[in-house]
Amino acid sequence: MTTAVETIRDEPLTIGGRTFQSRLMVGTGKYPDMDTMVRAIDASGAEIVTVAVRRVNLDRSKESSVLHFLDPKKTFLLANTAGCYTAADAIRYARLAREAGFNDFVKLEVIGDEETLLPDVAGLLEAAKVLVQEGFKVLAYTNEDLVTALRLEDTGCAAVMPLASPIGSGLGLLNPFSVRTIKRRLHVPVIVDAGVGTASDACVTMEQGVDGILMNTAIAAAQDPAAMAQAMRLATIAGRAAFLAGRMPRREVAMPSSPTKGMLD
Amino acid sequence: MDVVINGERRQVTPGATLLEVLSQLELDPRAVVVEHNRKIVRRPALGDVTVTEGDAIELVHFVGGG
Repeated sequence: MTTAVETIRDEPLTIGGRTFQSRLMVGTGKYPDMDTMVRAIDASGAEIVTVAVRRVNLDRSKESSVLHFLDPKKTFLLANTAGCYTAADAIRYARLAREAGFNDFVKLEVIGDEETLLPDVAGLLEAAKVLVQEGFKVLAYTNEDLVTALRLEDTGCAAVMPLASPIGSGLGLLNPFSVRTIKRRLHVPVIVDAGVGTASDACVTMEQGVDGILMNTAIAAAQDPAAMAQAMRLATIAGRAAFLAGRMPRREVAMPSSPTKGMLD
Repeated sequence: MDVVINGERRQVTPGATLLEVLSQLELDPRAVVVEHNRKIVRRPALGDVTVTEGDAIELVHFVGGG
């Protein structure tokens, strides 16, 4: 007996010289509690886990470092520059993150608008240039614009991360054409970041042929985060497998699956 | 002597090093990254840098984020 899974042949994902087995990356924000977060990350099978840089609470309240709950030997910590609205701020946060001593990767965000949290691409390119020169492996969160994605690649980014839809919106992949175009034209890995709402969104996203997907709210804000994390793991694998398998062509008219000959009189 | 730590005015011993400031706050130097007047101070140098009146100190770490 053979299992169909054995027929999937895939390469591992390599970003900035590091190789990963899982194409699903997850965030650590917005969980109801740390135990739920740990169970969800575990169920997701993700190796890359994002974290944010913030001030330590001086009065040592309940709020404590996420590192008390994550083993940096088992998870690859990807610090973000979330909340930064200028290139200078994003550079400052990236430098602080690197100083924590885990790696020189950064998920670069330079936000341009508070309501939509859409990126400020001018600030993004400016910050990317500086950070690449300083030896960072920059994974740049951007919109679905091909030209910006090409410029980010030219700048030396290790990966480009177009959004599926606005951060935390759960609207799913709004522009599959643009994301496919970016994937087709870039040589560095393309990781879709933000906007996924449920497993079908993750599956459709991976079916576009992108190298990976990063999500946070879709898992953290689910009724049962660990169960959703497992669904996302399976959907990411399914979408990737479907892409590798190559889908049938679309047709505007029906074609019978059963023989038209041999029908009774 | 007053310094500003994470945006809050705080009293520290005059002539204290950054390492001593962390210890006064009961913070493990391995668990925080220190920025002193906008310059990152690496862990091994924390004991060499003394703070002066009005200095701005930022102490950061990793929290949950996407």
